[in-house]
Amino acid sequence: MPSEPITKIRSNAFTLREPNIDTDQIIPARFLTTTERGALADACFRDWRFDDDGQPNGHPLNARDPETARILIAGDNFGCGSSREHAPWALKDFGFDAVITSRAADIFKSNALKNGLVVCEVDEASHAALLDRAGEPVEVNVIDQTVTYGNNQASFKLEPFARTCLIEGVDPMGYILGQSAAIARFEKGRAA
Amino acid sequence: MSADPKTLFDKLWEAHEVVPETQAAPALLYIDLHLIHEVTSPQAFTELQTRGLPVRRPDLTFATLDHSTPTTPRAPGSKPIYANPAAQNQVERLEENCRRNGIRLAGWDSDDRGIVHVIGPELGLTQPGMTIVCGDSHTATHGAFGALAFGIGTTEVGHVLATQSLLQRKPKTMRVHVDGELRAGVGAKDLILAIIAELGAGGAAGHVIEYAGPGVEALSMEERMTVCNMSIEAGARAGIIAPDQTTFDWIEGRKYAPKGAAFEAARRRWSQLKTDPGATFDAEVRIDASAIAPMVTWGDSPDMAAPVDASAPQPGEGEAAEALAYMGFKPGEALLGEKIDAVFVGSCTNARLSDLREAAAVMAGRHVKVGVRMLVVPGSQAVKRAAEAEGLDAIFTTAGAEWREPGCSMCIAMNGDSGKPGELVVSTSNRNFAGRQGKGVRTVLASPATAAASAVAGAIADPRRILEASHAQ
Ligand code: SF4
Repeated sequence: MPSEPITKIRSNAFTLREPNIDTDQIIPARFLTTTERGALADACFRDWRFDDDGQPNGHPLNARDPETARILIAGDNFGCGSSREHAPWALKDFGFDAVITSRAADIFKSNALKNGLVVCEVDEASHAALLDRAGEPVEVNVIDQTVTYGNNQASFKLEPFARTCLIEGVDPMGYILGQSAAIARFEKGRAA
Repeated sequence: MSADPKTLFDKLWEAHEVVPETQAAPALLYIDLHLIHEVTSPQAFTELQTRGLPVRRPDLTFATLDHSTPTTPRAPGSKPIYANPAAQNQVERLEENCRRNGIRLAGWDSDDRGIVHVIGPELGLTQPGMTIVCGDSHTATHGAFGALAFGIGTTEVGHVLATQSLLQRKPKTMRVHVDGELRAGVGAKDLILAIIAELGAGGAAGHVIEYAGPGVEALSMEERMTVCNMSIEAGARAGIIAPDQTTFDWIEGRKYAPKGAAFEAARRRWSQLKTDPGATFDAEVRIDASAIAPMVTWGDSPDMAAPVDASAPQPGEGEAAEALAYMGFKPGEALLGEKIDAVFVGSCTNARLSDLREAAAVMAGRHVKVGVRMLVVPGSQAVKRAAEAEGLDAIFTTAGAEWREPGCSMCIAMNGDSGKPGELVVSTSNRNFAGRQGKGVRTVLASPATAAASAVAGAIADPRRILEASHAQ
């Protein structure tokens, strides 16, 4: 379905410095038995946030204000591992609108952008600087493809179509359905 | 040299372009085979239903039950006992979605059921030259047949269900050239772990890897699948191997493979599927297979792998130190002899018949160390039947291991099969991420031979020693 256009995200930074945060950390597999959407906030980073006895622990994720800290600055190679779209769903449900990292895994990035979770891959120096800015305001501009923090600015590149979908609220399914004639021609060409 | 030398990947890509890519939009790629399972499909079916869209090509779609399905032994005809109601609901939802949309399902009563990446090839659904997708990152397994196969997310599962096509940017290419042959006691799992250790966990991000060279040509189909399976662990989109006589022999006669004259025609077509001399790759890596030892992982990322007789690294950076701390290994201490709690032989990486034979060769006449639990989970019903026909199940159970029903089991630990917090598990699966096999579980990735040797020793062990002892007798 077409979604609300996303052009700018202003919020405070929340940082998770660890590199290689994989999708099993973002959402452990035992929460993948869901058949619905929109109820994964509790599962997000579950095993980082809860002790073995099921009680929330002192992890900073538990102290985060989901209203004001909606930009996650994460370590390198974020979202590696499985193709589970539950990972970006969980991050969105938990209240993140953007992830800034130095490198994100391919499938994660593609899944995230389809769900309005903006993934910004910035250069290493800016990444290091941003990791030191927990709690400070950051602005992600999807139109200019920039991240602004303090007096600094870093740039990132989104796949152009994914960017168009974000800023214009284009629905990729509708776009592909619009190519039905070409798909039918392709199928006919192969059958011949 | 042809005028315009192309890589195998280029040929696969170009043959499936419905609409070529432009600056503004990705290519629209046609999908020949869509494999689905219970975990990543329900929301996609809901999406189609909400929009009132039919499944465009149910005939090109095939479903199985594997991820949240119990593997506990079950009498024929009796109902499976699920880990929880959510798992049952998920399986029933897929059954219903398949019924409603006319999609073939290898369900509970099917002789074909098994892990999605084991049954695709086994049934002859997987064929050279195809594009194959599945909502699962280890879809690269099918690349062993010279197919372009990769994992997709649930939104994309919906796109493929509704349109049989997918928006994709053309990835970059990498060739991993393997010289030499693997030595005795060293398997395809060791080869791919060594490759991943060389490339790093994100080292092939954005690339499709073609595995080539004499060290790859010498591999059996099962071994090639093990190699391609773990491409994603180096960050790659897909892994492919050019089809050859080994491939054609393996496919011929399988349930959904072309038959008779159609097979001969297909074989001629498939023979063209190779990289032209002179074609260039965005990156090239060379590996010497003969220099590889049995490998184990020492950390919580698959690239943290070392020869089994090596020592845990001295922590250079914070990452290695944290990984070692999670694993409970001391920097510089020998990995051999680390006490273990459990062993898992299974998963789409290593649960085919050859893998079970490899483990059984080590287990025969030996016993699982007292206090160690060992689970052997065949990749499919067909693998299970074949293994039982040659008595492998008896070797495992006599040795004190559990012989299970097929499924993903402890690879992803969402069906109730899991380790306990703090346990050290030697596993033939593909991911050693913290908590992957259950909260707080520490996973050591290894080959079936190494896993079996470790089960016997009750500690991380070198399979070459046991195999040498067997030969000496
Ligand atoms: S065995 Fe493991 S990696 Fe393979 S499909 Fe199942 S969960 Fe995924």
